[in-house]
Amino acid sequence: MSALGLLLAADTPKIPAPHVDYAAIAPILIVVGAALVGVLVEAVVPRKERFNAQIAVSLLGTVAALITVGVIHNKEITTPLPGAGGPTFSGALAIDGTGLFLQGTILVLGLLATLLIAERSVDATSPIVAAAAVVVGSPEDRRLSRTDRVQTEIFPLLSFALAGMLIFPVSNNLILMFVALEVMSLPLYLMAGLARKRRLLSQEASLKYFLLGAFASAFFLYGLALLYGYANTVDLGEIFKATRTSTKSDTLLYLGLALLLVGLLFKASVAPFHVWTPDAYQGAPTPVAAFMASCTKVAAFGALLRILYVAFSGESWNWRPIIWGAAIASMAVGAIWGVTQTDVKRVLAYSSIAHAGFILVGMVAVTEEASSSVLFYVLTYGFTTLAAFGLLTLVRDADGEATHLSQWSGLARKSPVVAIIMTVLLMSMAGIPLTAGFIGKFYVFKAAWHTAGPLVVIALLLSAIAAFYYLRIVVMMFFAEPPEHAPTIAIPGWSTTVALTAGVVGTVLLGVFPQPVLDLAQKAAESLVG
Amino acid sequence: MSHNFTLVGLLLIPLVGSLVVFGLKKNPTLAKWVALAVSLAVVVYVVVIGIAFDTGKGADRFQFEGDWIWIKAFGVHFSFGVDGIALVLIAMSVVLVPCVLLASWNSFDDPEGGRSIANFFGLILLLEVFMIGVFAATDVFLFYVFFEAILVPMYFIIGSFGGPKRQYAAVKFFLYSLVGGLLMLASVIGLYVTTGSHTFHMAELIGKVPDNATQKWLFLGFFLAFAIKAPLVPFHTWLPDAGAEAPPGGAALLVGVLDKIGTFGFLRYCLPLFPAASKWAAPTILVLSVIGVLYAAFLAIGQRDMKRLVAYTSIAHFGFIGLGIFAFTSQGGSGAVFYMVNHGLSTGAVFLAVGLLIARGKSRNIDDYGGAAKTTPILSGLFLLAGLSALALPGMSTFISEFLVLVGTFTRYKALAIVATTGIILAAIYVLYLYQRTFQGTVSEKVKGFKDVNAREVLSIAPLIALIIFLGIYPKPILDVINPAVKATLSDVHETDPEPIVGTTAGGHK
Repeated sequence: MSALGLLLAADTPKIPAPHVDYAAIAPILIVVGAALVGVLVEAVVPRKERFNAQIAVSLLGTVAALITVGVIHNKEITTPLPGAGGPTFSGALAIDGTGLFLQGTILVLGLLATLLIAERSVDATSPIVAAAAVVVGSPEDRRLSRTDRVQTEIFPLLSFALAGMLIFPVSNNLILMFVALEVMSLPLYLMAGLARKRRLLSQEASLKYFLLGAFASAFFLYGLALLYGYANTVDLGEIFKATRTSTKSDTLLYLGLALLLVGLLFKASVAPFHVWTPDAYQGAPTPVAAFMASCTKVAAFGALLRILYVAFSGESWNWRPIIWGAAIASMAVGAIWGVTQTDVKRVLAYSSIAHAGFILVGMVAVTEEASSSVLFYVLTYGFTTLAAFGLLTLVRDADGEATHLSQWSGLARKSPVVAIIMTVLLMSMAGIPLTAGFIGKFYVFKAAWHTAGPLVVIALLLSAIAAFYYLRIVVMMFFAEPPEHAPTIAIPGWSTTVALTAGVVGTVLLGVFPQPVLDLAQKAAESLVG
Repeated sequence: MSHNFTLVGLLLIPLVGSLVVFGLKKNPTLAKWVALAVSLAVVVYVVVIGIAFDTGKGADRFQFEGDWIWIKAFGVHFSFGVDGIALVLIAMSVVLVPCVLLASWNSFDDPEGGRSIANFFGLILLLEVFMIGVFAATDVFLFYVFFEAILVPMYFIIGSFGGPKRQYAAVKFFLYSLVGGLLMLASVIGLYVTTGSHTFHMAELIGKVPDNATQKWLFLGFFLAFAIKAPLVPFHTWLPDAGAEAPPGGAALLVGVLDKIGTFGFLRYCLPLFPAASKWAAPTILVLSVIGVLYAAFLAIGQRDMKRLVAYTSIAHFGFIGLGIFAFTSQGGSGAVFYMVNHGLSTGAVFLAVGLLIARGKSRNIDDYGGAAKTTPILSGLFLLAGLSALALPGMSTFISEFLVLVGTFTRYKALAIVATTGIILAAIYVLYLYQRTFQGTVSEKVKGFKDVNAREVLSIAPLIALIIFLGIYPKPILDVINPAVKATLSDVHETDPEPIVGTTAGGHK
């Protein structure tokens, strides 16, 4: 028995085991469980059966988690208050109304993205590569690309990413938030590199996304460290108290917050941290891009909402100008650079950058209405974007997806249905009434008007510029002559059909009868702003 | 809240009709007849509403009101109702539709490039739904929804069925209107937030906007949207392109009806909601209107493209309408509303007549024609009558409205009225000069093979001209419907007519 041992035994305060409310974290556990089962499936199920087994596991996991979220919401098994140190993991997780709404949104969109990835009838075999580790262009690669083998690990990766996204917007603790950020990001870096066609482009996208993402994570971690230095805690609620009472240098606070924001704005692809977005979306397999554009954004804005509204609501005077600036930059970059693009996928990427700006407009007002408008907007945006990417997978030529704008000309003649669906989605992105996008824009602008009237006017003008490139695609599809080698329209299999239908129906329904979802969003937002 | 379904029914007829027509792509002939039958049914329906409309003293300003909650969270109602102004504009719009259908009957028979007549007629009916909705909405949000939604069918009408530069024209039209619409959206939100009444219902918003700088900003948002839509000089540059590239039927509806939404918006929204700001801006708007009257008239005289020419004449006419509205006198207001109706009918007739000529010569260039009256005497007569209505010949209803506008303006702004009057002379020049170059003079090679109009084509223009002449002789039924609504609008602006000075000063009569 050494002296050290005695010392430890005598002085160490007893760490009480945190109470865990398993019901409240059931959705997260289910998705993590599905991911782990997916890994096991890779190990034990024969290759022939793997694809179907993986689809079954991830779909089942996502649906089960979604149902659980619904049950929790209805039973109101939630922690009392964010930051009040609820029972789950000593307040590290805040499963409140806002969190549940975001989790529900992420799960619905994740489910649709899974369906898009599960498509097997459009491409020769799948949009996903046969074996990612095989050198591009090698004889082995060429041989495999003709087989129906698929890198089925993408499904557990997707589930892991989903699990991270579920934790990210409900974490009430910066350390946990960082862990969630990494859990959701690492699988995404890999998934971006798994395209079956144009593999080099895909791998380049993956590498770019990884490098910049790693920087962003480092920023986040640095900010976290500085904030810990300032507040002596990583708990969001405690940080809020510290901003009121702490006597430490404010430099630590501001620097920490700024670095934290860099990390989050990167994930949300907000300008000026957006540069990875067009490349990553263009290179990634289109269904993965759909997943990245919709779910990642929802999760990132959820986390941003929590950080700004829970930990720093008292500092809103200090962060509001930053969010103003980022919102304007993002809308302007999205709108203006978007006009110059000639590739439909890149247009959608710039559109998503512009949309990130619009969401930030809603965020500047720290009110209940503001947070519910952000919740509603991310949902409408997710549906529309997911369906738009899904539709891209159907327009093809001999080389795979035909994403160059010129290839889309005269599409309406070939397939009026695809053209009309795309038009509805583009109109929603442009914010034309009777679509979800309009109600979403209206809601964020209404919420922001009091605090930021001029910002709303700028946002409206920039959305007119953005409307130009949406309109240009419509012009191409309907009014232009088809090119000589016009792309063909693939007949989608059941899974893409379901995902597309859900996206389009959601876009129209949320535009015409938004009331039920608005009610949900309003109720959800009550928990966040005291 | 009443739940009167009259106006909802009016919206549903063309809506269902358009869906049916879209579905009849395989059978174009049937599609055409269904579309025509639907549009005529709408006309009958509106006539019945018009007869039931109470114009007596003490009658409600808004009638046939129906109100349902749409989006509770925003306080948005699905609410409709018509006053005299809205009623006559709806009537004018629905009368134009069957005429447009008849005139476009054989326009897209060649199945070139997916242009199907069923699509065209379906789009026209869909446009009719939104046209009725935009005039009948009594909820500002709902109005905005129709205001924007109407762009979509018109965009496809221009873009799919228009002339060689149709893509450019369609996008320009859409973007101009969208920018205006978005500025208005900012004001709509601001209106909701500043009044704090948690509703978008017109009646409950009147008088709620505080009289300060905010009111001016909100007014500007609405004003710019309507000024682009109307269009008022200098926001007009999209109209000549859109009007020239749109198919003649589409152009008739674009200039005849869609542009009225702008002037209607001034009267219905700008004046009552922002009375102080309206007065503040009135002098500028009046000057712009007069500039528009003269500037557009000169440009019209110089045009070589017939459709552009007609588009410019319309811009000149919108100047008169703006003058009447912002003079804040009851003659001016009634004259402006009557002008909107007449201008819709008259420009519609002119566009359709021009369209018939272009369909024969396959060219919009005036110089390609000459002496067409020799080969097509009936078309020439219709063209001349339509043209005379555009230049406000006494005996035509357009004369009455132009006169009312000028009288109404004169009582308040003498100089402006006098300058604007020269617009009448310029109108005579551009109309008669156009007629002379196309129908008179030596018969050009091209014109020799022209066939005169058939019964269907006559039937597409004659009702419009008949209406113009009838209202020119007996305008009372329309003015009776308009006057109470205009008075109510002016009382919202707290304006009364200036005292007549005739007889009180020496030399009043000479």
